[in-house]
Amino acid sequence: MRIACPFCGERDSSEFSYLGDASPKRPNFAVDSPNSPAEIEDAVFDYVYLRANVAGDMREYWYHGGGCRSWLIAERNTVTHEFKSVTAAPGAGAALAGQAGE
Amino acid sequence: MSGYTETQPLGRTATADGRASPDRSSAANQSHRLANGGLIDRQAPLQFSFDGKSMSGFAGDTLASALVANGVKLVARSFKYHRPRGIMTAGSEEPSALVEMRTGARKEANTRATTQELYDGLVASSQNRWPSLRRDFMAVNSLLSPIFVAGFYYKTFMWPAKFWEKLYEPAIRRAAGLGETAHLPDPDHYDKAWAHCDVLVVGSGATGLSAALAAGRAGARVILCEEDSHIGGRLLSDGGEIDGMPALDWLRRVTDELASLPNVRIMARTAVFGVYDGGDFGALERVNDHVPQPAEHQVRQRLWRIATRRSVVGAGAIERPIVFPGNDRPGVMMAAAVRTYINRFAAMPGKRIAVFTNNDDGWRTVEAVVRAGGEIAAVIDPRGKVPAAYRALADRSGLRVLPGQVVDVKGGVDGVRSITVATGSSTQNIDTDCLAASGGWNPNVALSSFHRGRPTWREDIAAFVPGVSPPGMIMAGAANGDLSLDACLRTGHAAGAMAAAETGAKGKSGNAAKAADEAFAIQPLWQVKAKGKAFVDFQHDVTASDVTLAQREGFESVEHLKRYTTLGMATDQGKNSNVTGLAIMADARGRSIAETGTTIYRPPYAPVAIGALAGHHRDQNFHAWRLTPSHHWAAERGAVFVDTGLWKRAQWFPLAGETDWLQSVKREVLAVRNGVGFCDVSTLGKVDVRGADAGTFLDRVYINGFSKLAVGKARYGLMLREDGIVMDDGTTSRLAEDHYLTTTTTAKAGPVTQHLEFCRQVLWPELDVQLSSATDQWAQFSIAGPRTRDLLINLVDPSEDVSNEGFPFMGVREVMLRGGMKARLFRISFSGEMAFEIAVPARYGEAMARNIMKAGEPFGVVPYGTEALGVMRIEKGHVAGPELNGMTTASDLGLGGMASKKKDFIGRIMAGREALMAPDRQVVVGIKPVDKARRLRSGAHVVPKGAIPGPETDQGYLTSVCFSPVLDHWIALALVERGRERIGEIVRICDPLRNEDYEAEICSPVFYDPEGGRQRA
Repeated sequence: MRIACPFCGERDSSEFSYLGDASPKRPNFAVDSPNSPAEIEDAVFDYVYLRANVAGDMREYWYHGGGCRSWLIAERNTVTHEFKSVTAAPGAGAALAGQAGE
Repeated sequence: MSGYTETQPLGRTATADGRASPDRSSAANQSHRLANGGLIDRQAPLQFSFDGKSMSGFAGDTLASALVANGVKLVARSFKYHRPRGIMTAGSEEPSALVEMRTGARKEANTRATTQELYDGLVASSQNRWPSLRRDFMAVNSLLSPIFVAGFYYKTFMWPAKFWEKLYEPAIRRAAGLGETAHLPDPDHYDKAWAHCDVLVVGSGATGLSAALAAGRAGARVILCEEDSHIGGRLLSDGGEIDGMPALDWLRRVTDELASLPNVRIMARTAVFGVYDGGDFGALERVNDHVPQPAEHQVRQRLWRIATRRSVVGAGAIERPIVFPGNDRPGVMMAAAVRTYINRFAAMPGKRIAVFTNNDDGWRTVEAVVRAGGEIAAVIDPRGKVPAAYRALADRSGLRVLPGQVVDVKGGVDGVRSITVATGSSTQNIDTDCLAASGGWNPNVALSSFHRGRPTWREDIAAFVPGVSPPGMIMAGAANGDLSLDACLRTGHAAGAMAAAETGAKGKSGNAAKAADEAFAIQPLWQVKAKGKAFVDFQHDVTASDVTLAQREGFESVEHLKRYTTLGMATDQGKNSNVTGLAIMADARGRSIAETGTTIYRPPYAPVAIGALAGHHRDQNFHAWRLTPSHHWAAERGAVFVDTGLWKRAQWFPLAGETDWLQSVKREVLAVRNGVGFCDVSTLGKVDVRGADAGTFLDRVYINGFSKLAVGKARYGLMLREDGIVMDDGTTSRLAEDHYLTTTTTAKAGPVTQHLEFCRQVLWPELDVQLSSATDQWAQFSIAGPRTRDLLINLVDPSEDVSNEGFPFMGVREVMLRGGMKARLFRISFSGEMAFEIAVPARYGEAMARNIMKAGEPFGVVPYGTEALGVMRIEKGHVAGPELNGMTTASDLGLGGMASKKKDFIGRIMAGREALMAPDRQVVVGIKPVDKARRLRSGAHVVPKGAIPGPETDQGYLTSVCFSPVLDHWIALALVERGRERIGEIVRICDPLRNEDYEAEICSPVFYDPEGGRQRA
């Protein structure tokens, strides 16, 4: 199976590694956050552990460790393993200040 | 059926140019060889031996066809009952004729005689028999067969349970089984390769050739794979007429045209065994299985991974047996196989052949026997009347046609002697030495079903046809249920043209070839219900009564049927037994075959040797090596190396006269503690972090702060995972305002780089920071011991100040070496001694090692390995891999105080969870034995003194253990419940695996220089 890296083109899947669901957004809490400790812990707990077990199309993080070391966001069908699209993570490639995070 | 006067072989088989004239006597010895015809090369006689008996055949033969030509019926003993077995098929589906090929290290078990090409000097022997094939002692199993039914082992050998592993299983495995492996390393090489194409065509029969031609003419890049040595599929056996010419002439024309197309590649002897995600296929090329041994620098087999955009599968169909008593006797053969032996190999399987068929195709075998001058004993067709197309033949030849069923086969080890046929209520015996049987054809749906596509039942041909195929795959011809020659040509061509067009090929495919469309009619007959042992799965000795027994005992689903009876689980994966087995199950349950369904198909379609899957990745090439920059220098000094991940690191450097590793390690440690030593630490991961926000970035990934670290300083850092558990540790140096160099542990260099890239690219793309891995770019040596500074003075340019004031502890800067080269110098210590790490570009690593030796010579410098490094870090209480075990928190490691309270960092919030802060957690402490002579071993458990060891009293375990040369006894680091509150307590150390039980004292993990004065000297 090949994955189309937006930087390197189609490469064998063995060059890539899988992280998982790209939908959870990492919550940011400053040390002096006004939120209650329980609220903070719940939010981070959800981010770290809670995942939907999707049978079908899913947005996922993939890492091109055997190539350009870019983090990629792929739309993949977890049933057929078909990749619908592969795009670069916001900060992949050259660093550009001021980009929005995932 | 013209075309069988051909004597010239097709395809790849070499002609016998320059060979001696044919050996007439050897041909004469082949009792069942036809005088004319066949695609064998009579100019090239070959000698071979089977079970020590010398025989002859011809180039173009398989081992099976040569055995048939020599009148050999008995070739094997069956798996369970040791029943005599012969050759059943002429292809890769063969369940019975498995032999051991070759001798010595090249001995190979379970080779199908039907796919093994004959070569001069071939040596094969039968297997699973003792003392000989004819007199097999284990055939006694057959007498006991009433008790060896399905599930017998499960029911009989259940109790006592402990007898299973030691007594029952070894005994059963000796009695039941197939061939024996060589027990020696395989001397041959195996290769792996990639191939890419637009259209992969599987099978080179009428369907595959038509597809390849249509796609190739259109301009698509085509690969055509054929598992046989010859291109042509059933055309080689069945002939016929295509486009008004003999099929073999058409075959030659098509192969010539395909060979002339530069975009078409034909791969014979290449079996496609699996289809994987994204249009990748696995194929095995048997490059040199047809010669005694590969020529020098040649491989035995090659594993192909073929990446294709479209595939056309013309894998044909497999004829299925009818289940009747005695259907496994040597001499009972598939009807189409009989035809193959006659037409392709000019070998007559019997002197007086009976044919038992429920379909029109079996009559083609009757025709082939008659044409070749053979004798037909009888044709048994339960349908009651001769098919229209064969009436003339039946009349002309005066055939004895019986509208009945074969209810018994009599014979001995030498094969069939007679059959009993029941017609209505009467029975009669017919003398015959070969029974050709056909129960119909099963389209070869395997490749279409490997992605869980379920085949669907087609009533008119009484067979399963492909369901939903994997993306990009087109099933065509007989594999898709189109059984006639004309349909194969037509659907193959259409599939090839469509596949090529879908990949963007613009050329013209031309027209499909044409043939007369012969009729195919069938009346299903799965099983003749008569008394006697009737086999369904010939390789695993599963009988019809085993299937019905499974049904009676509740194993009704086809998947349960398979597991309970082992139907279809052998090396042939039930190619000619699965459908029959489930049809009998359907009948027993009173359900339709469609309702009963099939088991799930899984690759590989054909057996693939482990050697081919391993390829060159064996022995020292099992995985890639990474060598440290000083590797060759260390090897020169006789270092003992240890694998750490892919790295080979010097473990210790034995000196002449040292006989024990501990002796060398003690010497190295004391040399460092009392003088100076050095160690290659280049394997530590190095990540260059640059940019205006580099400090902010590091603040977020480490628990402690780095943005306020002064330029020219290094700091130890600890990073957590998002769940609050420690991920890795290492020092980070600030080389410039916007430039840091972070180090990781050797093991985590890759994962930490990946994690940091995730943080940068995904979590905080707004930060102005860039990362690059620098692990391989630098050779780095730790120089440690009280004489380090003396050594350094000899190494660095006199202008460099390396005094304690000029280069304080945790200082970092670039220095000039003597001779004018620059190096990075870090004053960091892992050993607890005054120490520096010096880094030069990796290509100077070996020279640097030699220079350090030279500079340190006056001070008795010694190189030390990872063992001494480990001893010194345990003495010093530094945590490493065994403590950073994926379960420990910063405070477990005694490093909780490092966590900043002024900033957020990865893992901060999850690390604050109640359970991770619990006071009864296991934390890092030191352990010393009460009896100082006691050797400690890692993994031993800690329980309170006086407690009975067990899960309830377990309080931790020894993580890192060493002999401390400084203290002159064994010491350990351990994770112990509430350990820090229990310093001085005597605990019990239990090691049930090694049967050790002793007392030890909990102590501070820092055994050596707890004040840290030595590293700051």
